[in-house]
Amino acid sequence: METMALDGVSFAVSQGEFVAIMGPSGSGKSTLMHILGALDTPTSGIYVLDGEDVSKLNDDELADIRNKKIGFVFQAYNLLPRITALKNVMIPMSYGGISKEERLKKAKEYLKMVGLADRMDHTSNQLSGGEQQRVAIARALSMQPKIILADEPTGNLATVQGLEIMEIFKKLNKEGHTIVMITHESNIAKFAKRTITLRDGKIAQDVSNSKEEK
Amino acid sequence: MEFSELFFESLGTLTLNKMRTGLATLGIIIGIGSVIALISLGQASQKSVQNQIQSLGSNLLTIMPGAQRAGNVRSATGTSTSLTYDDAKAIVASAQITTVKNVSPEYSRRAQVVAGRNNTNTQILGATPVYAEVRKVSVSSGSFITQRDVDVSDKVAVLGPQVVSDLFGDGANPLGQNIRINGQSFRIVGITTSKGGTGFQNQDDIVIVPLTTAQKIIFGATNLTSISIEAKSAEVMTQAQDQIGYFLLARHHLSDPTSADFSILSQNDILSTASSITSTFTALLSGIAAISLIVGGIGIMNIMLVTVTERTREVGLRKALGAKKKVITYQFLLESLILTGAGGILGMILGVLASLIIAHFIGLPFTISASSIALAIGVSGMIGVLFGWYPANKAANLQPIEALRYE
Repeated sequence: METMALDGVSFAVSQGEFVAIMGPSGSGKSTLMHILGALDTPTSGIYVLDGEDVSKLNDDELADIRNKKIGFVFQAYNLLPRITALKNVMIPMSYGGISKEERLKKAKEYLKMVGLADRMDHTSNQLSGGEQQRVAIARALSMQPKIILADEPTGNLATVQGLEIMEIFKKLNKEGHTIVMITHESNIAKFAKRTITLRDGKIAQDVSNSKEEK
Repeated sequence: MEFSELFFESLGTLTLNKMRTGLATLGIIIGIGSVIALISLGQASQKSVQNQIQSLGSNLLTIMPGAQRAGNVRSATGTSTSLTYDDAKAIVASAQITTVKNVSPEYSRRAQVVAGRNNTNTQILGATPVYAEVRKVSVSSGSFITQRDVDVSDKVAVLGPQVVSDLFGDGANPLGQNIRINGQSFRIVGITTSKGGTGFQNQDDIVIVPLTTAQKIIFGATNLTSISIEAKSAEVMTQAQDQIGYFLLARHHLSDPTSADFSILSQNDILSTASSITSTFTALLSGIAAISLIVGGIGIMNIMLVTVTERTREVGLRKALGAKKKVITYQFLLESLILTGAGGILGMILGVLASLIIAHFIGLPFTISASSIALAIGVSGMIGVLFGWYPANKAANLQPIEALRYE
């Protein structure tokens, strides 16, 4: 018998939402994240992103979707260690066929937005964890994606730095960015407007936080 | 992504680990360097051998007397078994032989030559004036043997530069002085221009005297040790060989070519034999060098595989950020191409320098052919693609999820 990582999970995220996906390990959050991030395709079922069914695309088409529509923020930041913050932010744009001048202009703009205007020419291993994660956010924003996917974005950070990162997400969401964030910390999940809790591959709970808080 | 960006990015990655990059490239440098050096030296020695053979004269046929038979069954000894001056004259006079330009009868033996207190053992060559033309000998001072010298068996000698320096010291001009050969006094009338050969026989270590003088006065012989013949052109060499062969068989009253008491050597035979020997050696040595090139290529593949494994997370990230397979493949392929390309160019410089130095020290002419340079560049590029392909593909086919998780 096949084990299903996700079973009957069905939900919609509208533009401008800030959703936290929670659940214990083994609940299927990583698998969900991979599908939402077009890193993997479901064995059955469909995933529609920005009006396009991406569940049946091939590797290169998925790469294109990831490049143009999704901005990733990983737990381990995943910056290239020996190149500058500026160059790290420019990587997705170089794959997206954006001109050199434009790339530089935008990378500077987004690094300023995350508060790293004075750190642009530092290589990633000269930056603190919090700074690295901010570079990663700038990188996620660089292609103006439809959705920002954050996988435990504060998992490797000290509490203070984690909260700073969450403030940035909150600000981005206010500016109209759609954010889906995976976390297992409920105090981090609180920053989102909606929390989906997974258990054993099924949606156990799907609640709006703003109402609870008020 | 533009090519130039990809190129500089690859270059940047390669400079991060200079030691490894250097060692990987070294394999290709040595491989390409040794291939170029060995091909170049092979060609140089081939050329040098050809030059030496050709310096003996062009379109040259040499008639040598047959090996002396054991057994003493032969009725008429002497005239019919040996080559004579008359044979040479008959070849010149014959109406059947149409392909011959010059005939040079020669009598050659070694003897002790004395001048004052110095003496040397050298080759004494009895010749006629034709010799100078057939063997491309010129005199740097004085004059060559004349027909009159031959007719009257004059005791004059033309010395090779080696003999001059052996007997009179370097740079001496002993023109008009006397030397003694087998106790007979000879007046020096000429000195030949140096041919600088070291090969089969040193053309500079020779004393040339009139043919008749060598035969009658010095050695007391009536036969010839060889007849050098210059054919009219390279095309008629074989024809000339046949014409002379049949003519001499008839003259020596021999009906069966297998019982010939002489043999005719063609310069072309010697040339092609020598060429085939040197080219075999060149091929052999290049083959060995090519093996080192393959080993170098495997070294590149090994390094590229290590690089791909090391950078699994990087590849995963790049794919997650939207890099297509093609971009990843190109990135790694370009890295291996830069490695082998740089190795090829450096190896080429090394090979050229090495062959220049070796050629200088062993006195070979330095040759470098465009084809061996093209070969070096082509082969190193091919190795880059060939041995870089597998690692590059391996990288391109990594699944982003697994690659990102890789520790």
